[in-house]
Amino acid sequence: MTDTIASPSSAKRKRAKRPKGPLSTGSEWTFELIDKYHNEIRRVAEDFELDTYPNQLEIITAEQMMDAYASVGMPVMYHHWSYGKHFLQTEKGYKRGQMGLAYEIVINSNPCISYLMEENSITMQALVIAHAAFGHNSFFKGNYLFRAWTDASAIIDYLVFARHYIRQCEERYGVDAVEELLDSCHALMNYGVDRYKRPPKLSVEEERIRQSERESYLQSQVNDLWRTLPRRAEEAEKTEQRRFPPEPQENLLYFIEKYAPLLEPWQREVVRIVRKVAQYFYPQRQTQVMNEGWATFWHYTIMNRLYDEGLLSDGAIMEFLHSHTNVVYQPPVTSRYYSGINPYALGFAMYTDIKRICEHPTEEDRHWFPDLAGTAWRPALEFAMKNFKDESFIAQYLSPKLIRDFRLFAVKDDDQEAQLEVSAIHNEDGYRDIRRKLADQYNLGNREPNIQVWEVNVRGDRALTLRHVQNHRRPLANTVHEVLKHIARLWGFSVKLESCDPEGKVILTYECKLEKRHGG
Amino acid sequence: MVHLIDRRLNGKNKSAINRERFLRRFKGQIKEAVTRAVKGRSITDIDSGEKVSIPVKDVSEPVFGHARGGVWETVHPGNKEYLQGDHIDRPEEGGGGGGSGKASQDGEGEDDFVFELSREEFLNFFFDDLELPNLVKTQLTATQAFKNVRAGYSTDGTPSNIDVVRSLKGALGRRIALTAGPMARLNEAREELDVLLERSDEDDPAVRALREEIHSLKTRIIGIPFIDPFDLRYSNRVKQPRPHTQAVMFCVMDVSGSMDEQKKDTAKRFFILLYLFLTRAYEKIEVVFVRHHTQAQEVNEHDFFHARDTGGTVVSSALKLVDQIITERYPTNDWNIYVAQASDGDNWDSDSLVCKDLLLGHILPMVQYYAYIEITEGEPQNLWMEYEKVRDACAQFAMRKIQSPADIYPVFRDLFKKNTAAA
Repeated sequence: MTDTIASPSSAKRKRAKRPKGPLSTGSEWTFELIDKYHNEIRRVAEDFELDTYPNQLEIITAEQMMDAYASVGMPVMYHHWSYGKHFLQTEKGYKRGQMGLAYEIVINSNPCISYLMEENSITMQALVIAHAAFGHNSFFKGNYLFRAWTDASAIIDYLVFARHYIRQCEERYGVDAVEELLDSCHALMNYGVDRYKRPPKLSVEEERIRQSERESYLQSQVNDLWRTLPRRAEEAEKTEQRRFPPEPQENLLYFIEKYAPLLEPWQREVVRIVRKVAQYFYPQRQTQVMNEGWATFWHYTIMNRLYDEGLLSDGAIMEFLHSHTNVVYQPPVTSRYYSGINPYALGFAMYTDIKRICEHPTEEDRHWFPDLAGTAWRPALEFAMKNFKDESFIAQYLSPKLIRDFRLFAVKDDDQEAQLEVSAIHNEDGYRDIRRKLADQYNLGNREPNIQVWEVNVRGDRALTLRHVQNHRRPLANTVHEVLKHIARLWGFSVKLESCDPEGKVILTYECKLEKRHGG
Repeated sequence: MVHLIDRRLNGKNKSAINRERFLRRFKGQIKEAVTRAVKGRSITDIDSGEKVSIPVKDVSEPVFGHARGGVWETVHPGNKEYLQGDHIDRPEEGGGGGGSGKASQDGEGEDDFVFELSREEFLNFFFDDLELPNLVKTQLTATQAFKNVRAGYSTDGTPSNIDVVRSLKGALGRRIALTAGPMARLNEAREELDVLLERSDEDDPAVRALREEIHSLKTRIIGIPFIDPFDLRYSNRVKQPRPHTQAVMFCVMDVSGSMDEQKKDTAKRFFILLYLFLTRAYEKIEVVFVRHHTQAQEVNEHDFFHARDTGGTVVSSALKLVDQIITERYPTNDWNIYVAQASDGDNWDSDSLVCKDLLLGHILPMVQYYAYIEITEGEPQNLWMEYEKVRDACAQFAMRKIQSPADIYPVFRDLFKKNTAAA
């Protein structure tokens, strides 16, 4: 009996004690070294049963990193001036030393592409491999949002298709026309997502084949909607059914793609491309804390395991800990460096805390997390990673201990009151409140104004009416006028935006009038 | 096995197109900034980039967002002294303290979007609507320089140009075409033989005949060569004429006693501008410095601008030297020749006529463009008068009067302005 129990652990110990010394002592990296580190990290990751896409590591220079930044991190992207602008911004910041570049960029694709910067030391490369190539990678593969919304194996091909298509459009219709269109689409990018409906999978071949069919089909649909010949008999019956769309639509870009009366087929296709890209990034915006926390948790766990096995030198682990603590530092609200909650810090703390609750639960934990306390930590963690987004993750797992550790407190800012009010703090009464409020804070639906397509005047001036439902009396920012112009450009006719209170009473109306086009 | 790829050697300017798109979009604003910069700084350091700023609202990409107002409830870390129900004074706008995290994110709060134009881009804007006069000269199109370009395949050529894939494709096709007939017959004959053999034995003459036929068919098929000389295809290349892209620029300057340091400086700026413009248009440029007082000599750049000389002025000496250098070293069918001459207008009276004849008779037919600037505040002298006649007679000759360094840029623009009427 004792033998059987002892054997696996002694085997482990034997492997750990293998007279192997650290993998490297200097800070320079070589390709062989990276390969060696990657193998060791993969071995540890497999020990922990991390399920990942195959890895592709790419060494790049700082300039290339800035290039990658500029095109939203994607290796392929269509061309647009705004990416040039981002490049200039990044370049400026970097050259002045105002900002460092991220150590890594990782792309949710299959194989999973991670960029390693050539300036990094070998310890940093190992950190990045553990963080991106195994942490983020397994998150991309496991989390339900990514599984439902993105198709890792098709994204690169789709972007190649998109870039090619947009380039063709530029040749055919002129750079300016395409640029204007993209500007307008980008303004609505956050409203190009189905929040509740699961999107169909992307497939490039099908895209290409269906694309031409779709053009003609879409056009025919549109023509049908805007048919001017009266259908009297039917119409008489459907007088009150004339409302279009029958229900409010949350996906503005989709609505425009399908129903904007004046768009050419190629323009609809471009709208669609922007929409697809928006959809691809949608899960990332919803899982910042979870994703970064997960990756941080794993680089921390893996690197420590390597150190325990004697594969990292003391110097290397110190260097690692130095950057790790920087990454997970949470400045308090009174600090001049404070700019909101650091997703790395919160996420890392939460996963670590789940592990703690599983392994060493206190009385409080048993009370708050009866299902978690005392169970195996690895399946618990895996479950937490797979089935939540930031909002629900926090609502589910933020423990009183963490609330105390972070000394979280909620401040209520009501513009009708003279002063701010501290509405909850880290005490017995406040735990649930804080947890709910913090979760709300990560709810995209609260962060972005809730704007939907309300009505189209199908028989009259074809004006489009959008409706903004105010949340806690929060007004729209001034950009609304500019955005409306963009919508009007896409729609081709006047666009109205009604801001109303939760009861549906219209408080404020914005409008962008377009002169009726003649002879179009 | 991990897929490790070294991308460092891939082009780093992946965003170059996006950058160019950006510049294109804000062309108007950037051009204004460039013009302002040119006025502001000394033209000698025109050869560097420039910081350009554009109002942030012009480069912004608007999206729907929330403004302050209404009810916001935010969770912050690091509580020190607050208890539930405490009231706090509203912090100042933009303070990093109790406000929302989002508010302080763009703490820099700059009004302008500032970025650096590279030297190339700067000059591009600078020269935007300038164009070399007479650039499209018959000389340019009728050059002897060629480059090789691909032009499909041909049936003959040198062995090194054999296109293997194409040749083997041809061979395969030929083999299929030639073996198809015998192959079909061969299969038939074999079937017949099988049928015959069931009824009779080997000695049957019909069997023997069939066997012979099969044998001869086989040899025929084997006899068809795997590859034949006429299968061979060669990559074909043709020569396309290429306009030559080298230029020589002559800087001719009067260094007599009347040219003081300031005038020389003005002349220098003029030369630099011309030089910069030529670097935009030509791959290779040589510069020849010719200075003169009563005698002319070819010198290096340093001596050209810095050595001090005194004495009278004979312009024709310089022109003779230029003429001589061109004939000796710069044949017109290989070189685009530009001459820039700067002087204060002094010359020996009788010499000006000689200059005119030299220009009209020898130099001007050989050069693309001849620019003359006179740096003086006084009345025009005889050289100017004679040159005016030259200008009237010859389109590629231009002259201007300059009084101070501030005049250079407008003059330069004027000299090389796009001349649509003349084109």
